[in-house]
Amino acid sequence: MLTIFHSLEISHYIYLSTVLFSIGLFGVLFRRNAIILLMCIELMLNAVNLLLAAFTEYMGDVQANGQMFVFFIMVVAAAEAAVGLAIIVMVYRNTRKTDVSFLDQLKD
Amino acid sequence: MGALSSLPLPFLILSFLTILGALYVVTSKNPVHSVLALIFTFFTISAHYVLLNAQFLAVVNLMVYAGAIMVLFLFVLMLLNLNKESEPLKSNIWGIAAAISAGLLLLVITAAFQTSGIAVMKGNAEGIGLVKNLGRVLMTEYLVPFELTGILFISAMVGAVLLGKRDKSEVVKSEETIS
Repeated sequence: MLTIFHSLEISHYIYLSTVLFSIGLFGVLFRRNAIILLMCIELMLNAVNLLLAAFTEYMGDVQANGQMFVFFIMVVAAAEAAVGLAIIVMVYRNTRKTDVSFLDQLKD
Repeated sequence: MGALSSLPLPFLILSFLTILGALYVVTSKNPVHSVLALIFTFFTISAHYVLLNAQFLAVVNLMVYAGAIMVLFLFVLMLLNLNKESEPLKSNIWGIAAAISAGLLLLVITAAFQTSGIAVMKGNAEGIGLVKNLGRVLMTEYLVPFELTGILFISAMVGAVLLGKRDKSEVVKSEETIS
């Protein structure tokens, strides 16, 4: 496995993560279902996690600081998903929809 | 294409599957298919972690993301009965605008990294990504952030329960409509 790595370059992971992040951003802009929006945000967080793990490998870090950051991002993502889904359930109970384009009452 | 052929085959196949899964998450009309595609994407990202010598991270990614968070999403989808194609998609002009903005972000970041130069990875020493090393670092260097995440988690859980709870008047109303 280590021989695979020595031919890999950090730029490949940068491009992969950038593509994943852009796909997530496209989803956030394009979709209207609030649950799918949350899922696209999870996708963007995962792109960042992958890049952090790749940079840990790139730096040859003995302390694995980048991998620690991935753990903390995972915790925050879990908390965010729990609160976000609770909010979506509450909105659904009041409006019978999870479509974000109907949530514009603050405009009036 | 010359640059692509120099890549190791496992990385190439895994990246292809990851991007394919991510695209299906975004474009699928059925939300349940989206969730399943996202779980597939998380599996391929875990495989990437194994390639990157982060073995414990790969297992945690599977357990926390694919196991816990995505099941939560699936539960909510089933609970709200959204498993059919209930979402009217935005019009074409929205799709074009979203594609242009995401493409611009991709272009800008790629262009910024183009000038940074290419470097081969140094590679970690053996056992950096195993639980022994990670646990030691977490309990010494990162002890304070670790405790703070505990507090964050408790407040998130209290908030979720508070938001998810029904009001008393609402319960009475729904019981009246049933009877």
